[in-house]
Amino acid sequence: MSSTSNTTTISTVGPPSRRNTELAMLAFAVIIPIFAYANVGLAMSDELPSGLLNYGLGLGFLAAVGHLVVRKWAPYADPLLLPLATLINGLGLVIIWRLDQSRRLAARAEAAGQTFTAAAPRQLMYSALGIALFVAVLLLLKDHRKLQRYTYISMFFSIVLLLLPLVPGLGMNVFGARIWISVAGFSIQPAEFAKIVIAVFFAGYLMVKRDALALASRRFMGMYLPRGRDLFPILTVWAISILILVFETDLGTSLLFFGMFVVMLYVATERTSWIVFGLLMSAVGAVTVGSIEPHVKTRVDAWLDPFAAFDNGTTDQIAQAMMAFGSGGTVGTGLGQGNSDLIGFAANSDFILATVGEELGLAGTMAILLVYALIVERGARTALAARDPFGKMLAIGLSAAFAIQVFVVAGGVMGLIPLTGMTMPFMAYGGSSVIANWALIAVLIRISDTARRPAPAPAPSPDAEMTQVVRP
Amino acid sequence: MNKPLRRIAIFCGILILALLLRDNWLQYVKADELQKNKHNRRVLIARYAQPRGNIIVDGKPITGSVETKGIDFKYKRTYKDGEMWAPVTGYASQVYDATQLEKLNDSILTGDDDRLFFNRTIDMLTGKERKGGDVITTLNAKAQKAAFEGLGDKKGAVAAIDPRTGKILALASTPSYDPSTIAGGTDKDAKAWKALDKKNNPDDPMLNRALRQTYPPGSTFKVVTAAAAFENGTYKSPDEPTNSPFPWTLPQSRTPLKNEGNIYCKNVTLREALRISCNTVFGKLGDDVGQEKMREQAEKFGFNSEVFTPVRAEASVYAKGMDRAGNAQSSIGQFNTRATPLQMAMVASAIANDGKLMEPYMVDKLRAPNLNDIEQHSPKEMSQAVSSETAAKLQDMMKTVVEKGTGTMARIPGYDVGGKTGTAQHGVNNSDSPYAWFISYAKNKEGEPAVAVAVVIESSNTLRDDVAGGKLAAPIARDVMKAVLDSNK
Repeated sequence: MSSTSNTTTISTVGPPSRRNTELAMLAFAVIIPIFAYANVGLAMSDELPSGLLNYGLGLGFLAAVGHLVVRKWAPYADPLLLPLATLINGLGLVIIWRLDQSRRLAARAEAAGQTFTAAAPRQLMYSALGIALFVAVLLLLKDHRKLQRYTYISMFFSIVLLLLPLVPGLGMNVFGARIWISVAGFSIQPAEFAKIVIAVFFAGYLMVKRDALALASRRFMGMYLPRGRDLFPILTVWAISILILVFETDLGTSLLFFGMFVVMLYVATERTSWIVFGLLMSAVGAVTVGSIEPHVKTRVDAWLDPFAAFDNGTTDQIAQAMMAFGSGGTVGTGLGQGNSDLIGFAANSDFILATVGEELGLAGTMAILLVYALIVERGARTALAARDPFGKMLAIGLSAAFAIQVFVVAGGVMGLIPLTGMTMPFMAYGGSSVIANWALIAVLIRISDTARRPAPAPAPSPDAEMTQVVRP
Repeated sequence: MNKPLRRIAIFCGILILALLLRDNWLQYVKADELQKNKHNRRVLIARYAQPRGNIIVDGKPITGSVETKGIDFKYKRTYKDGEMWAPVTGYASQVYDATQLEKLNDSILTGDDDRLFFNRTIDMLTGKERKGGDVITTLNAKAQKAAFEGLGDKKGAVAAIDPRTGKILALASTPSYDPSTIAGGTDKDAKAWKALDKKNNPDDPMLNRALRQTYPPGSTFKVVTAAAAFENGTYKSPDEPTNSPFPWTLPQSRTPLKNEGNIYCKNVTLREALRISCNTVFGKLGDDVGQEKMREQAEKFGFNSEVFTPVRAEASVYAKGMDRAGNAQSSIGQFNTRATPLQMAMVASAIANDGKLMEPYMVDKLRAPNLNDIEQHSPKEMSQAVSSETAAKLQDMMKTVVEKGTGTMARIPGYDVGGKTGTAQHGVNNSDSPYAWFISYAKNKEGEPAVAVAVVIESSNTLRDDVAGGKLAAPIARDVMKAVLDSNK
C-alpha cells in the first residue's frame, strides 16, 4: 500500500520545473559573451570597448525577458534550450562586432563603392525581434497541438514562402543564388521561416497518413516497398526540392527540406525503406542538377579543389576559409587577432564559423559545434518526451532540420561538402535566420513544456501505450 | 515511435561527429600545411608585421624597413643602392614573395627561425616588439661598386671571389632593377613589376646574370684546356713548342678552325698560344687530351653541377658525347660549352689559389637581433682542381697575357696580376655580336691570392671589331681587383 501511495504522491507533485537551473545557465550564457566582447576590444584597440555596458545590458535584458516569459507561460519547458540559444546568439554578436572593426573589410566595401556599415547593432535589433517572436509564440501558442489544424494552410504558406524569391521584382539574385527577397529595404530569406511552417505541415500530414504509408506495402528483399500511389507525397516534395535547386540554385535549402521530410517520414512509418528511397532520390537529384546547373557545378568544383581558385580566378572563399581554420590551429589566435576577414564577402554571415575557427581555434570551434549538438539533443529529447505523435514529429522534424542546417553550413565552410547559401543558426549575421530560429526554439520549448507538464491525462492518442516518458 | 526517434537522434549525432572530425582534420592534422600554404596571406602579413632584419655588407646594412599605412602590412622593405645590390639581395615584396637571400634567409630576417625561439620568448615576456635577425654577407662594397659602375649601361655581369676562402666579393649584373620599386603593394609597385617582367622587357633586368645566365666562355676557357694538358702530361712546360699545324682542320670534318686576326700560331709554345689566344693550338690540344679528360678537368673546376652560394647558380656545361670536332670547338669555349660568370671566376680562383678550389659563398654569418651569432660559415674546399705545379705554370702563363698579351688593360702597377681575355661568338652563323670576357686574379703585397674575377659583357651595341675582351671587360676586372687590393691594405 505504501508503495502505491508513494507513486501517487510523485505524480501529483510532478517533475521539478528546472526554471532555476535555466536561470543559472542563462547567467553563464550572458557572461561568457560579455567577456568575449571585452576581449575583442582589448585585443584590437587596447581598451575596454565603449559599448560594453550597452551590449551587456542588451543581451542580459533579452535573456531576462526570455526567461521570465518561459517561467510564466511554459514553466515545465526544457531548461537548456534558452541558455544554449542565448549563448550562441551572444557570441555571434561579438564576432560580428569584431568583424565590424576590420579595416580590411571596410576598405573592401569602399573599393566596391559601398558604404561599410556596422552590422552588430542591426544584429542586436534582429535578436530583439527574435526574442519578441519567441515571446509571441509562447503567448499565442498555448498548446502545440493546435497547429495540427493548420496542416494544409501550412503547406500552402510554405510553398508560397519557398517560391517568393522567384517572383520577379521581389526576389534578389545574390552571387547566383536566389534565396533572398527584398521588402522595404530589408532582405529576407523566406526559407528560414518556411523551415518551421513546412515542419508543421509534414507533422500534420504524416500523422494522418502514417498507417497507410507504413502498412500498405509489399515485402521485397527484406524491405517494405511502398505502393506506387503512396510514393506520391515523397515524389512531390522531391520535385519541389529539385525545383528549388534548379531555380533558386541553392543546394542547402533543397537538402534541408528533403532531409527533413525523409526523417519525418521514417519516424512516422518506422520503415527503413523510406530512408533508402530518400537517399537514392537525393543522390540522383543532387548529381543530376550538380552536373547540369552551372552555379551548382561551380560550387561543386570549388569544393573538390578549393585552391584551384587561385589559378583560374574563381572565388577563393573556401580556400580562404580553410586557411583561416588551419591558421587558427589548436587554440586559435585569440579574439580580434586573426585575419579571417581575408575571406572578404560574407565573412560575418555564411563564413562566420571560419572566424571562430581562426580566433578560438580547434578548441573553441568544437565547443561551439557541441553547443549546437546540445540544442539538437534537447530537441530530440523533447520529441521522445512528447506524448502525442504530432508533437513528437514536429519536435524531431525541427531538431533534425536544425542539425542538417548546421551540418550543411559548417560542412560547407570547412570544405567537407559543397558550399551552400545558408547560415549558421543564431550565430551568423542575418535577420531572417535569427528571428526564425528563435521561433523554432519557442516551438520546441512549447512542446517540451507540454510534454513535461504534470497535467491531467493528455489528449487521447492512439500511440499512448508506446510512448515512453523520459525525464531529462 | 520512439525507436526511430532515437535513430534520428543518433543520425544527427553522426552529422555533428563528422563536423568535429573534419574540424580536427583542418585545425590539427592539416593546420601546419594550411598555415604555410603559398596562398595564405597570413605568411606575408607576418613577414611584414615587424621591421625585417637586414642584409649587411662591410658592417653596413644595404636594406631597411619603413612603416607603411597599408592595411595588411605594417612595414615595407627598402633598399640602399638597390640596383647595385639586387643580384645579391634579391627582393622581398609584399605582393610578389621574395627571392635569393631575402627568400632563403626569410625565417632569420622575420625572426621566425627556430634558432631564435629563445629570443622571441624573451621579447614576448618583456613586451618588446619582435625583431628579425641579420644576414652578414661576404661582399666587398668597394668591389661591388667598381663592378656595377664599370658595367655602366652595358649588359653584362661580374663575379669576384676571394680565392683563399671562396668568399664572394662582388656580384653585379646589368641592366639591374631596384627592388624597392616592387616591395610595396600599391598600383605603382604593380606597374613597376609589370615593366620588369621578361615579357615586357627584353633586357630582363631581374635575371641575375652573374649566377643564372650561362654564356659560351670563349677563349677564357683555354686556361681549362691548358690545365688539362699539363695535368695529363700532354705538355710539361709552358715554354716547349707544341705540335700545332697551321692551318688546322677540325678532326673528322673539312672545316678549318679559324684564328681571330692575322696571328702566327704554328707550333708556338703554350705561353705564346695563350698570350695571343690561338684557337688552332687549343682546339688541337683539346683533341689531343681527349673529350673524357677534358670533361673531367672542367668538372674539377665546378662545371656540370649547380653551386649553392646559398643562392643557386646555374650549372655550367661541358657537354658529354660530342664528336671530335665538337670537342675541339668546346675546348676553345665554343660549341656546347657554357659557363656562368661565377664559374669562370671559380676557374681563375682555383688557379690563383695553387689549384685548390674553394666553395664560393656569400653569407658569412647569421646574427640574432641581440647581436649573437647564430651560424658562422666556414670556408670549404670544393676540390683540388689542378696540382700546385700546374697552377704555378698556369699563373705564369696568365701573367704573360696581362704583361704583354691581350690583357694588358688589366695591369695594376705593383701587383702580381694574371688574366685571360675571351671573345665568344654566338647566334646563328655567329651573326650576333660576340660576348666580351675577361677572367683574372690578383695577388696582394704578401703574395697571397686576394681576388679572382670574371667579367662578361653582352656587347649588343658595340662594333664587332671592338669587342675583344681585353678592351671592354679587362678594365672592369682591373677596377674590381684594385678595389679589393686597396681595401685589404
